[in-house]
Amino acid sequence: MNQPAAEIVQFDNVGLRYGAGREVLADVSFTLYPGCFYFLTGASGAGKTSLLKLLYLAQRPSRGLIRMFGTDAITLPRERLPGFRRRIGVVFQDFRLVPHLSAWDNVALPLRVAGQSEKDIAKPVSDMLEWVGLGDRFHARPATLSGGEQQRVAIARAVIARPDVLVADEPTGNVDPDMAIKLLRLFESLNRLGTTVVVATHDLHLIRKVPDSLIMRLDKGKLADPTGALRYPPRRRVDRAADDADGPLGGGPIESHLP
Amino acid sequence: MKRLVSALPGTLRALGGEGESRLLPEARLSGPMPWVIAIMIALTVVAAASALALRHAAQAASADLEGGVTVQIVSAAPAQRQREAQAALAALVGAAGVVSATAVPQDQLDTLVEPWLGTHAGDDLDDLPIPALIDVRLGEPATPGRLETLRKLLAAKAPSARVDAQSSWLAPVFNAIVALQWAAGGLIALFAFATVSAVLLASRNALGTHRETIEIVHMLGATDVQIARVFQRSMATDAAMGGLVGLLAGIVTVLGLGRQFSALGSGMVAQGSLGWVDWVALAGIPVAGVLLVMLTARITVLAALRRMV
Repeated sequence: MNQPAAEIVQFDNVGLRYGAGREVLADVSFTLYPGCFYFLTGASGAGKTSLLKLLYLAQRPSRGLIRMFGTDAITLPRERLPGFRRRIGVVFQDFRLVPHLSAWDNVALPLRVAGQSEKDIAKPVSDMLEWVGLGDRFHARPATLSGGEQQRVAIARAVIARPDVLVADEPTGNVDPDMAIKLLRLFESLNRLGTTVVVATHDLHLIRKVPDSLIMRLDKGKLADPTGALRYPPRRRVDRAADDADGPLGGGPIESHLP
Repeated sequence: MKRLVSALPGTLRALGGEGESRLLPEARLSGPMPWVIAIMIALTVVAAASALALRHAAQAASADLEGGVTVQIVSAAPAQRQREAQAALAALVGAAGVVSATAVPQDQLDTLVEPWLGTHAGDDLDDLPIPALIDVRLGEPATPGRLETLRKLLAAKAPSARVDAQSSWLAPVFNAIVALQWAAGGLIALFAFATVSAVLLASRNALGTHRETIEIVHMLGATDVQIARVFQRSMATDAAMGGLVGLLAGIVTVLGLGRQFSALGSGMVAQGSLGWVDWVALAGIPVAGVLLVMLTARITVLAALRRMV
């Protein structure tokens, strides 16, 4: 087994409570490595969304230590937060699309925020929307899109900037099984390019579709480690892909799965 | 104006920052802001034009009167008065520092006192002890020292002569003008304060309205400065359009007032007209307004964003 790459995210005894309420996360410790694919499971109210909020830096923990990209994320100065957030793609459970922007402009947001020119973003954004099956809905506002279409726009927005970490909260909850598999392939393709993927889901069928994935299970705010992946870090999928010409996506160039 | 407001962001986009300008729906930031700014700019233009005109009038009058001295021969006896007047005039002409000395003709004196004394057939104004007046122009301002020199010069030849600087008569007028100038300055400061307050409220309101969008773009990695720039740009657009309308309204008002005042026919009012430098300064008011609005929006939005995650 190859030596694992340096950790990309490290949680150490992290606890989170909202206001004076009970702790929704307690003593959560794990390490995420580059190029790994993680599923986060657990019953409703187990703390999945809270854990993801800590991961995409929307929330600071009440206690414990979080390191991201080799830096202490707890004491990270405010002016450095945007730089970190640009390395994290997020698919929100409630999509959180900007209501006054078209599907196209929503997907273009991360690239515009990163300062890319309009010329440079035009093709990738159009290609990405085509790929998620919304080629005919470029100009549609979120309010006119179905739940599944909004979810696909949200996913397209999360992956368009090829983030180092992709965090997805129930990303396939509103799409049909075929589209769910297609989106999962997109996540896998990104993962093969080196993106660490964390998907929160209840869908065991979905988890089985990614055999090399690692599972984190939350139970009442505590983290279980059923595969031991959190204690024994695996080889990066991207390394394995290089060893194995016939990967789980049926082989071929990795880039072919991305727009 | 709404059409103009929605057209300008396109121009701004062409100048750069197109992506940023699409982060927030700018049209919704506008609301009544352009109109508020238009009113403030119009009032500021009128106040500033008034202050400038008053200053010019005061300066011109002051320059005219600076070296002016009036010598009154107040002797009650007409013959004595006439003698002293001639002696005083003779002494003043050619005296050191005196540029000119002219006796005010009797018919002019009669005209001066006519509104108070009236003129009817048979009136004999010669019987009234109206002082003889000599208008003296000095080469330099009529300081108390120079007036004293003149008094000494006339003391022997015209004992009843009274020597006064012409500017001292208008001292209360000058004081009033200075007070009006301060009042205009105070009004301009109040208008600026009101504009800042309006922008502050509009910025906070817009932040509240777009809070969710701001949170999303924050999560996507937008910096506070990027978001503040969008607000700043939107407010600047409003301020530019409002400022232009306000400037035009202000100029029309100033021109109208100028026409009304010039109809008064007063020499002092005529001297209070505005020069091209003044018009340039007035045209700079909307520019200053836009800068003030941008700065206020930026500071307000950045301060509010710092309180967000």
